[in-house]
Amino acid sequence: MQYQSQAVAKPYFIAAIGLFVGQILFGVILGLQYVIGDFLFPEIPFNVARMVHTNLLIVWLLFGFMGASYYMVPEEAETELHSPRLALALFWIFLVAGALTVLGYLLVPYATLAEITGNDLLPTMGREFLEQPTITKIGIVVVALGFLFNISMTILKGRKTVISMVLLLGLWGLALFFLFSFYNPTNLILDKYYWWWVVHLWVEGVWELIMGAILAFVLIKMTGVDREVIEKWLYVIIAMTLITGILGTGHHYYWIGTPEYWQWWGSIFSALEPIPFFMMVIFAFNMVNRRRREHPNKAAMLWALGTPVMAFLGAGVWGFMHTLAPVNYFTHGTQITAAHGHMAFYGAYVMVVLAMISYAMPILRGRAAANSEKSQVMEMWSFWLMTVAMVFITLFLTGAGVLQVWLQRISESAMPFMVVQDQIAIFYWMREVAGVVFLAGLVLYIMSFFVGGEEKTAQA
Amino acid sequence: MSEKFTKSMARNIFYGGTVFFFLLFLALTFDTAGVLPDRDHRENITEQVALGKKVWEDNNCIGCHTLLGEGAYFAPELGNVYTRFGNSKEAIIGFIQSRPKEGIPGRRSMPQFNLSDEELDAIAEFLKWTSEVDAAGWPPNIQG
Repeated sequence: MQYQSQAVAKPYFIAAIGLFVGQILFGVILGLQYVIGDFLFPEIPFNVARMVHTNLLIVWLLFGFMGASYYMVPEEAETELHSPRLALALFWIFLVAGALTVLGYLLVPYATLAEITGNDLLPTMGREFLEQPTITKIGIVVVALGFLFNISMTILKGRKTVISMVLLLGLWGLALFFLFSFYNPTNLILDKYYWWWVVHLWVEGVWELIMGAILAFVLIKMTGVDREVIEKWLYVIIAMTLITGILGTGHHYYWIGTPEYWQWWGSIFSALEPIPFFMMVIFAFNMVNRRRREHPNKAAMLWALGTPVMAFLGAGVWGFMHTLAPVNYFTHGTQITAAHGHMAFYGAYVMVVLAMISYAMPILRGRAAANSEKSQVMEMWSFWLMTVAMVFITLFLTGAGVLQVWLQRISESAMPFMVVQDQIAIFYWMREVAGVVFLAGLVLYIMSFFVGGEEKTAQA
Repeated sequence: MSEKFTKSMARNIFYGGTVFFFLLFLALTFDTAGVLPDRDHRENITEQVALGKKVWEDNNCIGCHTLLGEGAYFAPELGNVYTRFGNSKEAIIGFIQSRPKEGIPGRRSMPQFNLSDEELDAIAEFLKWTSEVDAAGWPPNIQG
């Protein structure tokens, strides 16, 4: 570790992994509820489990982004963090607020939670991914502002690299667009229109800047390639991200009451959204091929190369599959969307955070550069288990989705939703098996942290 | 990448492209805002419809259902449920009221939310209003 204050990243990474486990456990519960409809009913109904699953995902990725920032920024700015104490205080505030929110979801009916948290005063709850009580949302803004203050001050007083600036831009964008979660008009159509300014402009916009910055940082450290080259790539990639992604928002405006011209804008620009992901693949493999050193952390290298590949497949290919308006007319709101969502989130954001953790954690734990050979082998097994499991989850959900579209929307004798769900149950069963394999991979991943052995050092 | 293509050129494309396309996005948003009243029939958003949306949110209906295709994929689409139930508010109210508290063995079942008569009427009005939004001919058929 070059700077003492980088150590604050460690609790963030540990919390991220802990919440990741919670997310996957609820994922397995949800998968089972798809086939055994009354599983845990009425104690944990589907909507509650789903809320826990998706909200934990968002929160642990935020922990991951914050941990990554606290680790990267001192090294990039070549100075200690503005305030490590603020970073630690915000860590506990965010963790406790997050835990209380999840407990609220699980212990009281959602309507009661809305009532006791004052949703009547400023109704923001009950919208997909933005289910958090309004006070939690305010808490998120407070934590985000404190975090941004800390990071911004650090960069201001130190060296200003392209990586820090891109990261900072992504993080400020994240906070800024989250403010739209407080706008909830009684007109459902307007509500939906601006809901996407949080959801789309996050995951298909500013989050990709954060992802690009993290990936670029890890690649510089691992390959030793000249910073100038990596930064040029980073600019081109994020330029393509926002040039395609901002108007790409239009692919959500086909069927929600918005005018038909969005079918053209959305189709054309979102069809180009795979480009930045494809460039990330070329970028990562190119940099590794041109490496000037043999970094001993092979596991981190695997995550860093796996990230763009899986992001391109999940976000790029699976996104393109149903993004053109004439296709989306039939696939909108089916298991096709679920298939895309799973692989895209895993490939882009889960994997980039795990790449960062894989690179930084050995150093944060006092090792020179890498874990022992044995630990790395176990981590690489967990990489393959989780990644292959996610590929199969995506394939099975795609199978379910194609059949669903056919039986429910295209066939001459279209069947009702619930009848179709019974017909495609076999795909849900196979998805659940793949989900359990994913969980096994995650268990192995955590075990890899507890494997001792002599640390691996660089070969000449 | 070639040496002639410099980092500052890449940076300019990033900032220029982002600003240009964000402004274009704002312009389209401005235009959409002008057209929307004819499509969403906001003149029909009564206090009851507004209350219905609140009931919809307070019970996290989106956690299982889709509404105009957005939400969870565990339970049927509700953007057109009013028409699917034969243009009947009573059918919607009756369905919500009749959900068994303990569920249905082995099957998915909507929870019993114990809504008041006022809330039931409001949610039905909200779903009726939603079904009348001009959603460019979506969903493809009555099954949603």
